[in-house]
Amino acid sequence: MIEIPVDHRADGIGVLAPSGRLNMVSARALRSAIEELVAAGHARIVLDLAETSFLDSSGLGAIIAGLKTARQAGGDLRIARPTPEVLAVFQLTNMDRLLRPRDTVDGAFDD
Amino acid sequence: MTAPTKVPLTSRLLVIRTIVVVTSLLGLNYVGWRWLASVNWSAWWIAVPLVIAETYSLVDSLLFGLGMWRLRERGEPPRAPEGHTVDVFITTYNEPLDLVMTTARAAQAIRYPHRTWILDDGNRTELRESAESEGIGWLTRSTDWVNMPRHAKAGNLNNALLSTDGEFLLILDADQIPSPEILDRTLGYFRDERMGLVQTPQYFVNVPDSDPLGSQAPLFYGPIQQGKDGWNSAFFCGSNAVIRREALMQLGVARYAHEVETGVKQALRTARRVIRSARRSPEAGEDKTLRALDALERDVRAARSELSDGDALFDVTYRFQQRVAGIRRELVAADLTALQADLDVIAELEELAAEPGESLTTVSLASLEQLAERDWSPLGAVQTVEALVSAVDVSRSDEAQPIMPMATISVTEDMATCMRLHGMGWRSAYHDEVLAHGLAPEDLSTMLTQRLRWAQGTMQVLFRENPLRQKRLRWTQRLMYFATMWSYFSGFAAVVYIAAPVIYLAFGVLPVQALSSSFFIRLVPFLIVNQLLFWVVAAGRPTWRGQQYSLALFPVWIRSFTSAFGNVVLGRSLDFAVTPKTRQAHERRWDLVKPQLWAMGLLAGAVIIGIIRYAVGQAEPLGLALNLFWAVFDLVIFSVIVQAVLYQGFSPTDTDTNTNTNTNTDTNTDTDTEADPAGVSADDPAPRRTTDPTPTGGTHD
Repeated sequence: MIEIPVDHRADGIGVLAPSGRLNMVSARALRSAIEELVAAGHARIVLDLAETSFLDSSGLGAIIAGLKTARQAGGDLRIARPTPEVLAVFQLTNMDRLLRPRDTVDGAFDD
Repeated sequence: MTAPTKVPLTSRLLVIRTIVVVTSLLGLNYVGWRWLASVNWSAWWIAVPLVIAETYSLVDSLLFGLGMWRLRERGEPPRAPEGHTVDVFITTYNEPLDLVMTTARAAQAIRYPHRTWILDDGNRTELRESAESEGIGWLTRSTDWVNMPRHAKAGNLNNALLSTDGEFLLILDADQIPSPEILDRTLGYFRDERMGLVQTPQYFVNVPDSDPLGSQAPLFYGPIQQGKDGWNSAFFCGSNAVIRREALMQLGVARYAHEVETGVKQALRTARRVIRSARRSPEAGEDKTLRALDALERDVRAARSELSDGDALFDVTYRFQQRVAGIRRELVAADLTALQADLDVIAELEELAAEPGESLTTVSLASLEQLAERDWSPLGAVQTVEALVSAVDVSRSDEAQPIMPMATISVTEDMATCMRLHGMGWRSAYHDEVLAHGLAPEDLSTMLTQRLRWAQGTMQVLFRENPLRQKRLRWTQRLMYFATMWSYFSGFAAVVYIAAPVIYLAFGVLPVQALSSSFFIRLVPFLIVNQLLFWVVAAGRPTWRGQQYSLALFPVWIRSFTSAFGNVVLGRSLDFAVTPKTRQAHERRWDLVKPQLWAMGLLAGAVIIGIIRYAVGQAEPLGLALNLFWAVFDLVIFSVIVQAVLYQGFSPTDTDTNTNTNTNTDTNTDTDTEADPAGVSADDPAPRRTTDPTPTGGTHD
């Protein structure tokens, strides 16, 4: 099972760092984690993928759903530090043309 | 692009290939000769249509031959791997509860570990209670779908996909009762990790051996699918198929990325024109608003150039939205009065984006055009640009959920979805074994509506995503998809094949120059070898009904073309000309087949006139004999229509495998495609043996 530690930062940004496999089984856990963050007022979210060992299209779908939730609340969702394997999944579906991975969690909202 | 895997060259395949080569050469020789040396140009008005119709049939035969070239008879499936998770989906809208529950119980009894779900688009409390009391899952649309385009069965499945998490999905129509071994016999194919989909036949138990409504499609669920399978393009037919979730979800995400990108680019193009129109408004003279419009235009330009520089789209739209929001705040502060005027239009825009039955990119063009033509106040323009971009941005506010794995561009979501899966490099397999027993419509009216729907859906795909233009498909895959679409054009050819003998018999006008020996020497061998090919590939399956219906339903095929054209190109509703679906038992609906009755009347009249003309010395014996034969052959073809009108429904004594008699299938099945009714047809009237529940029952090798 996946673990999704949450960090509510002082600047209002919420950081989620799913560790393990982000797949069809854990996709819903990520979706609800994002919904909870937004409901708690953290519409700006960084998804730290450094510890995410595997991503499938259902996981990617959950990221998109989370992005929708965040933007509808006036915020945004940024992804940071994906491993090359995880990034390959973005490339396979052309999602890399839409969503640019950030190198650091701290700098994810700098631009 | 994934290369099709090798098809073993059996002696049967060798024979088939030989016949394919011979029939193709004979056909090309005949039609080439027809065009070059035998068209009676003085009667061009019938001669040219006839030679075009013959060319159409030749292409149909060549496409059929291409499929048969790689006929893949898979035989015993690989053993199902253990430990995978499977969701069994039963889609229903308004079918009777006991029918749905019968299928659900059978689904629950499937041997391979799985979860069973009823996907109830009718949101029926009773069904929910029955299902849950037996431990069967029940799903209906989430609240996300309120006031959103529902996309019929495709939408129902898309909704369920996000509420479940099995690695594989077995999709069943509410009236398709699965065998316990259905998963054991199909999951093995997924040992190939690029395998995305396995389709099994649709077989109907409430159909007598004579099959008056042409419900069974033994040639399609057999050689045609096996031929497509050989070229890695076995079709998904909406039910009785197992799909790998990852393949579908990947497709959904890729489509999302594509549609968002296309939509945002279109919206930014339109934005420029909205701004220009706003400049013409009287208020634009003011410094403040002019500055705002300048700023807005700069931002649109910046966004477009950032996109073409390859910046990530969501970064571009995020920055853009922030800047536009800033401009709007300044303007609103300056002037609140102009705002109200354009609010209504903006609301209208949001409605436009939510037009049911249209995908984002197809709706945008027309509605965006309208928007750009309006005269905007500067504030209205800013708001509109903002709304434009957000309508097509991340949120896809025109759809219930951003990810829509099942294609929604057609009423036959299965074909479109499958073509996209193949485009992404997934493989499919056709497993020729009856593993579910279904129900077919039992009356002419429902049958006609169903066939029209299938044909319309196929035509929608042709107009929206022409397979010949799908760059990510191999050429042979494109042709396999195109072949099915091509087969529906037979409606036009049928008109010519009826008219030609009538015109000769009634007026003595011959569309060919002479009925010489060179005519027969070219035509007859082609026809014989062509029929031989059908006979060999059919291997005992009955195909005569298919051949009859491919001509006899000519008004349906023609209407499918015109209505889908009206829908896709002219933006009309697909139901513009659909037969009202009244189902009155025991009523003979001659009114539904008027064009066919006219055709039969003309043919019969022509036969009589032809004989009279011969008796008074006005007709050649050879021409008369040939055209009489032709006209009578047409009449025999059309006789199926009379049988269909007279058919009173199925009575269970006709077969012993029937379990669900006297229950009509209903509207939900209208959205599936399965048959290739106008496909190709063999001339073998032997009825297919009824179902054989043993594991190898459906395989004919």
